[in-house]
Amino acid sequence: MTRDVEHLVATAFQDSWGQIVATLIGMTGDWDLAEECAQDAFTAALEAWPRKGVPDMPGAWLTSVARNRATDVLRRRALGAAKLTEVAVNSRDGDVEPLGPDDIDEAAVSGVQDDRLRLIFTCCHPALPLDAQVALTLRTLVGLTTPEIAHAFLVPEPTMAQRLVRAKRKIRNARIPYRVPPAQILPERTTAVLGVLYLLFNESYSATSGALLVRNGLMVEAVRLARLLSALMPEECEVAGLLALMLLHDARHDARLDELGDLVTLEEQDRTLWDSDQIAEATVILRNAMQRSRPGPYQIQAAIVACHATAPNAAATDWSQIAALYDRLANAAPSPVVELNRAVAVSMAHGPAAGLAIVESLAATQSLPGYHLLPAVRADLLRRLHRSEEAARYYGEALSLVKTDSERRFLARRLAETTAE
Amino acid sequence: MRYMLMICDDESDDRGPLEIVGDTEHVAWIDYMDRQGISFLDGVRLRPSTDATKVQSRNGETLISDGPFMESKEHIGGFALIECEHLDDAIEVAARHPFAAHGVIEIRPVWDE
Repeated sequence: MTRDVEHLVATAFQDSWGQIVATLIGMTGDWDLAEECAQDAFTAALEAWPRKGVPDMPGAWLTSVARNRATDVLRRRALGAAKLTEVAVNSRDGDVEPLGPDDIDEAAVSGVQDDRLRLIFTCCHPALPLDAQVALTLRTLVGLTTPEIAHAFLVPEPTMAQRLVRAKRKIRNARIPYRVPPAQILPERTTAVLGVLYLLFNESYSATSGALLVRNGLMVEAVRLARLLSALMPEECEVAGLLALMLLHDARHDARLDELGDLVTLEEQDRTLWDSDQIAEATVILRNAMQRSRPGPYQIQAAIVACHATAPNAAATDWSQIAALYDRLANAAPSPVVELNRAVAVSMAHGPAAGLAIVESLAATQSLPGYHLLPAVRADLLRRLHRSEEAARYYGEALSLVKTDSERRFLARRLAETTAE
Repeated sequence: MRYMLMICDDESDDRGPLEIVGDTEHVAWIDYMDRQGISFLDGVRLRPSTDATKVQSRNGETLISDGPFMESKEHIGGFALIECEHLDDAIEVAARHPFAAHGVIEIRPVWDE
């Protein structure tokens, strides 16, 4: 029984933490108070639910308890300080009457979605440093603790704590508004939010083996946040595009590394390990978004990954379609990394010589200094053109730049093969 | 909420205050604030950094030297003190300042207690 309740509290935490914090920030304007009261509510649940039973609407119950705590604290602060008027103004509905944990009122559940959206946009405000945007999103919306976030990003705990304190202080002192931005700046701010979620996802995806376990947790949270955003902003095609992109990548997660933790290339991956349900779900999300004819970088990237994910085997991959999509991506969001990927796609569709030409002109721009995948791709194309000596040289260069162990082992293996030929 | 906008550029624009105030872009900027109900409280144009003097007091001694306190390509060329609701409003004002197109504007909230 107790274990069941603990499990239910954990589920409620996942479902409700972000919305409780978001509601309380909207009500009090005090980020620290919001987190404390949300925490208190879950502590109260652990104590009350085993005795009284789990309420029908756990989220609403928790929100009510948290609101009561916040109201109490604000009342206490207001006493003597004559700040009661301010409390009334800051309260969304002017309702500062204490609520019993059992009488769930509508205020506790209404406007909830809106509040989480306000919270996401405020956490990802471009006036905050990017690393703080990520940390703040994980703390307030997801409910990860400061030590958990510090661990995930491989920084000391006090550093992460300070990052969060500074960000919250800036929100207060510079008065960063707690709102969904108005229409004229919404597109650029949405792009900023998507950038944070994508960064979070990439961090987890390119995990080093040592931190793999923690990073897998981040991946789950990134997908969950993208789902939330997509539910809150159903009109935004790029939000759906990012969600589809994450789901498609994540669907192949189990096949990416072998039992030693080494990277398995796409063509060598065991496709039966791919999550076909998730691929199907992502494909539907992407198709619905693309039908609106407002393509953007995330939708195009998702379409590229979908080409891979829906091919029954590596040989059946529609490379000319992928190369065409990379052309579009290079137009929509030009970057050296996109250009490098385009070179790979073109080499698969039209032969290694065509790909090598793109890589060579990219290398000439020197826009990717220290990036191991540039010499790695170059080496691979040279290998396929049977120019072994040059290939070995670039494998060597890639090896000197590579950061993760699994990729290092992969490149070393290729170098050995090339030299043996 | 009051914000100080520090208007910085590489001093390539060497116009004085009278010229700037008469400039159509500058007039449009002031008009924008009027339309948005944002108060323009005060503003000054500074003479260039070649006219700057640095002063420090150390152990009872006054150290005087030539030049601005920062070695930088961008120098503060003026200030504008505005009053608006929140940072996003101040950002909109800063983005529309004529110098934002070639220089950079730093927004600092006024420390009110």
